[in-house]
Amino acid sequence: MRRLLKVFGVVSLLLAGIGLAHAADPIKIGSFLTVTGPASFLGDPELKTLQMYIEDLNAKGGVNGRKIELIHYDTGGNTKDAVNFVKRLIKSDNVDVLIGGTTTGDTMAVIPNVEKEGIPFISLAGAVEIIEPVKKWVFKVPHTDRMAAAKILGDIRKRGLSKVALITGDGGFDKSGRTQVLELAPNYGITLVADESYGNKDTDMTTQLTKIRSSGAEAIINFGLGQAPAIVTKNVKQLGITLPLYQSHGVASQTFIDLAGAAAEGVRLPAAALVVAEQLPNTDPQKPVLLAYKNKYEAKYGPVSTFGGHAYDGLMITVAAIQRAGGTDKAKVRDEIEKTSGFIGTAGVFNMSPEDHMGLNLDAFKLVEIHNGTWKIIE
Amino acid sequence: MPEQLFQFLVTGITVGSLYALVGLGFALIYNASDVVNFAQGEFVMLGAMAAIALQNAGFPLFLAAIVATLLTVGVGLLLERFAIEPAVGASVVSTIIITIGAAIFLRGVALLLWGKDFYALPPFSGDTPIQLGGATVLPQSLWVLGVTVVLVLLVRAFFNRTLPGKALLACSYNRVAAQAVGINVKVMLRLAYGLSAGLGALAGILIAPITFSSYEAGVMLGLKGFSAAIVGGIGNPMGAVAGGLLLGVLEALGAGFISSGYKDAIAFLFVLMVLFFEPTGLFGHKSAERV
Repeated sequence: MRRLLKVFGVVSLLLAGIGLAHAADPIKIGSFLTVTGPASFLGDPELKTLQMYIEDLNAKGGVNGRKIELIHYDTGGNTKDAVNFVKRLIKSDNVDVLIGGTTTGDTMAVIPNVEKEGIPFISLAGAVEIIEPVKKWVFKVPHTDRMAAAKILGDIRKRGLSKVALITGDGGFDKSGRTQVLELAPNYGITLVADESYGNKDTDMTTQLTKIRSSGAEAIINFGLGQAPAIVTKNVKQLGITLPLYQSHGVASQTFIDLAGAAAEGVRLPAAALVVAEQLPNTDPQKPVLLAYKNKYEAKYGPVSTFGGHAYDGLMITVAAIQRAGGTDKAKVRDEIEKTSGFIGTAGVFNMSPEDHMGLNLDAFKLVEIHNGTWKIIE
Repeated sequence: MPEQLFQFLVTGITVGSLYALVGLGFALIYNASDVVNFAQGEFVMLGAMAAIALQNAGFPLFLAAIVATLLTVGVGLLLERFAIEPAVGASVVSTIIITIGAAIFLRGVALLLWGKDFYALPPFSGDTPIQLGGATVLPQSLWVLGVTVVLVLLVRAFFNRTLPGKALLACSYNRVAAQAVGINVKVMLRLAYGLSAGLGALAGILIAPITFSSYEAGVMLGLKGFSAAIVGGIGNPMGAVAGGLLLGVLEALGAGFISSGYKDAIAFLFVLMVLFFEPTGLFGHKSAERV
C-alpha cells in the first residue's frame, strides 16, 4: 500500500510538472551573435538589445500568454562555432526561431542547416547574398551594401556628375562595397576613372589620392570601416582636393566626425535613420519608434548603434509573426514573417514578400551631409 | 608626373619617419640585450592612448605628452623588472617570446581601459596643409620629421659620447666581460627598456594626430618598425632610420606607380630581398664568431 502511494505520488507530481510546464511553456528564441572578437562592436549591442526587450516583453506578460526564453551562444566571429551552435540550438535546445548571425560569414555558414531543419531564421548581417536568391527559411533585417552604393550613385547622378574615383580598404565590408559600386555604376551612367585600395591599418593614403586627383574624377567614393576612412577624409583636405567626397554607412557614427575633425565638413554618406532620429520631421512614422528605442537603449547602456537596432527589428518582427500565427508552429511562423508588411522598425518600413525576404527599399537610408560637426539630412 | 612623384616622395618620407622612430626603439633594446622586443609597438600605442586620455581629462597638450611619455617609461621599467629580469639567463628566443606575451597583455589592458574605439589627438600646430612645390604636407608631418631627426642625433650621441651609452653597447657585445669591468648589467638593461619605452611613447604621441590610435594600433606599427630595423641592420640605430625611410618611400612609390593593392607586398618583398642578399641588413656590422 505504502509503495502504491509512493508510486501514485511520484506519478501525480510528474503529471503536475508536465501540466505546469505546458501552461507556461516558454517561446524559445535561439541566438548566435559575435559578442567578442573583431566584430564585437556589432554583436555586443545586438545581444544587449535582445536581452533588454525580451525582459521587457516578459514583464508585460510575454507573447500569447507565454514567456520568452532567450538561448544565446557567442560565436566570437568563428563561423565553425556558429554552425555548431546552430545545430545545438535546433537539435538539443529545441528553439522555435533563430535570430542572429552578426556577420555575413556566420550567416552564410549556417544557412544549409537552417534550410535542412526548416526553422525560421532572421539574420542580422548585411550582405545581399543572404536573401538573393531567396531561401525559404532565411530572412534579414539590416540594409544591404548594395542599397548604400545605390544611394550614393543616385546622389552623384543627381548632381550631374559622371566620373567617379573609388577608394576602398582591404576588409570584407570594403571589398563587398567596392563590388556593388562597380556593378551598379553603369546603371546610373557613371564611369569609374580610378579604383584604388589601401590597407585598413595604413596611416597615409595621400599616394592613392594623388593618383585620383590626376584621374579626372568628379567625385570620390570611399567604402570602409574604422579609422581608415577618417584618414582618407583628412588626406583629401590635405591635398587640397575639392571634389565631393562620399563615405559609406560604415562610418555613420560620431567617432568618424571626431576623428576627421574639420576635414569631415561636406562629406556625404548614406546613414540609417537611427543616426539622425532627432532631426526627422515629426510626420515621419519612423520617428517615434527610433526615439523610443534610442532613449531606452541609451538609458541603460550608453550611445546607441544601428546594429542594436537590427536586433530590435528582428525580435519585433518575430514576435509579431508569432502573435499572428497564434503559436510557434515553425511553418506558420515562417509564413507570417514573410507576410510582414508596413512594420515600422529602426532600419525602415518592412514590406516582405515571397520574393523579398528583407522588405526594405532605398528610402530606408537617409543621405546625410556632415555640417558643423553634425549630421544634416539632405533628402 | 614630376609633381606626382614629388608628392609620393613627400608621403614616403613622412610615413618612413614613423617607421624609423619605431625602428629606433627596436634597435635600442637589441643593442643592450640581443633581444627583439615585440612589445615595442605597444609602447607606441600606450604613449598615444595615455596622451589622448590625459588631454581629454583637461591636461594641456604638451603636459599630457610629457606625462604620457613618463608613464610609458614606467611601464617599460615595470616590464623589464617583472617579466625580463626574472628570466635573466634564459635564451634569447625565450626572452623574445616573453616580449610577445607582454605585448598581448598590454593590448588587453588597453582594451579594458579604453575600449575598442579610435581616438585622435589634436595636431600640435594646426591642420592647414603646407605647400611644398607641387606637393602638400601637414604641419604635423614636419613635427614628426623634425623630432625624428633630433631623437636620432640624441641616440647617436648617447651611444658614441656618453659613458652609459658605451656601457650599454658593451653589454650587447659581451655581457660577462661587461660585468667584469664593472658595468652593472641589470641597470643597463633597465635603462634600455626605459629609454626605448620613452622613444616609443614619443613616436606614438607625435603620430596620433595623423594616424589616430586604438588599443591595437601598435601591431602594424610594430611590424613596420621591426622591418625598418632589420632592413637597416638590427642593432644599428642609424640603420633603422635609413631602413624606415627606405621602406616608406618604397611603399609610396609602389602604390603610386604600380598598384596600391600591392603596396605592402612590394615593401615586404624588398625586406626579403635584403635579408636574402645581406642577411645582416644594409648597414649591419658583419659579426664573426670567434672560436
